Amino acid sequence: MNPLEILIEYWPRLLDGTLMTLKLTILGALIAGLVSPSLALIRVHAAPMAQAPLRLYVSFMRGTPILAQLFLIFYGSGQFRPTLEEWGLWTFFRDPFNCALLAFALNSTAYQTEILRGGIMGVPQGEIEAAKAIGMSRPKILRRVVFPHAYRIAWPALGNEVILLMKASALASVVTVFDVMGRTRQIFSRTFDFSVYLWAALVYLCITAAFVLLWRQAERRLSRHIHAPGMPRASAQPFKESQA
Amino acid sequence: MFEIFSYGDAGWGDEILRGLAITVQLAIVTLPVGLLIGFLAAFASLSEFRPLRALGFGYTTVMRGLPEILTLFVVYNGVGLLLNLTLRWWKPDAPPTDFSPFVAGVIALGMVFGAFAGEVLRGAFQSLDKGQVEAGRAIGMTDRQIFLRIQLPQLWRFALPGLGNLWINMLKDTALVSVIALDDLMRMTKVAVGVTKQPFTFYLLACLIYWAMCVLSEVVLARMEHRANRGIRRA
Repeated sequence: MNPLEILIEYWPRLLDGTLMTLKLTILGALIAGLVSPSLALIRVHAAPMAQAPLRLYVSFMRGTPILAQLFLIFYGSGQFRPTLEEWGLWTFFRDPFNCALLAFALNSTAYQTEILRGGIMGVPQGEIEAAKAIGMSRPKILRRVVFPHAYRIAWPALGNEVILLMKASALASVVTVFDVMGRTRQIFSRTFDFSVYLWAALVYLCITAAFVLLWRQAERRLSRHIHAPGMPRASAQPFKESQA
Repeated sequence: MFEIFSYGDAGWGDEILRGLAITVQLAIVTLPVGLLIGFLAAFASLSEFRPLRALGFGYTTVMRGLPEILTLFVVYNGVGLLLNLTLRWWKPDAPPTDFSPFVAGVIALGMVFGAFAGEVLRGAFQSLDKGQVEAGRAIGMTDRQIFLRIQLPQLWRFALPGLGNLWINMLKDTALVSVIALDDLMRMTKVAVGVTKQPFTFYLLACLIYWAMCVLSEVVLARMEHRANRGIRRA
């Protein structure tokens, strides 16, 4: 079969896989995105002893292959089946999708925490002092001063992390989740037609390209006050190192 | 309790260690291949010749956007098909051969490493001080001498942190080859799990081994960076 015939015959499967890939990536990134701000605050402000478990967690997540983490959760949970059944959690761990999502969310949380920590530490002390001086409460300072600025600093790195997560989501196919990679392997095992891999590559590249564009749009929105007319450009980006 | 990890027939210690040896071999063989591809990609994207520049840019962009496991399957199945096609064209009655998963792993991981390394090296090249090249030319050094004596030693200093990260990523990515049936650490762990029915214990052990390798790499890389930066005044 020529490449086009493969596409015509199997596009519904590939589309189905694409939706699964998007679902895994977006949910994983969102869950990690909800948890990481508070963990990042701990990493910045808590006493060193209180940070120790968090550091260990981040180091473990960054120092081990995601595939191994996925197997540890998906196959590893089987070792505790009686206990998990007792707690009513076994139905959760039996499903490969849930395990993949959990693994990706745990992994991405570690990376996002570190990225956000960098962002928070990049917020100039003067801004926080100014907020204190006009009498803002601590939660308000975090909400109105620290996090908006921290996210603006961390935004490009967070985008990279989401792309890495999207690429990692292809590993879910190994535990029989039918994402793009899973569908592709299924189609290949049936047709032995190599071109299906090229279509899969195209799908991944399109997802990445679309995401990069969207993320840049969001970045422009996050920093719209900087590009507002009348603002001096030179002082607008104090965090880019000047090329002297 | 620790009998299952022991060396010999009763335990899985020796099997796991053998898998670890394959993993380490794979990573060590991939490194020079990946660096070579990285240098080629960097030179291509810095070239004055436009089509070559486009090729370098295209390669690094596409390769970095694809999941590593997809690259691995493309290489494993694609080269395997190509190999058999060539073989049949050469000798029509030859039996089909299997493409070595180790070689497929080296090529695929090397291609991924090379794409990222190309960007790291390009960045390092561009941060070199142009005045030094001009100075070299002024005292009559050849291009080759300028590259070997001025650019390359400093390239190392700028590229080392980035390449170190890539090494650690590649070390972790070697786990993927277990999917194409290479008997690495991950796959031997799977074999042990199949027999002992203790998945959590053994996958945790595998994780701890990878973790130890990564932490060790970080320590060594920090030393190498320290050494590469000797004689540089801190701003």
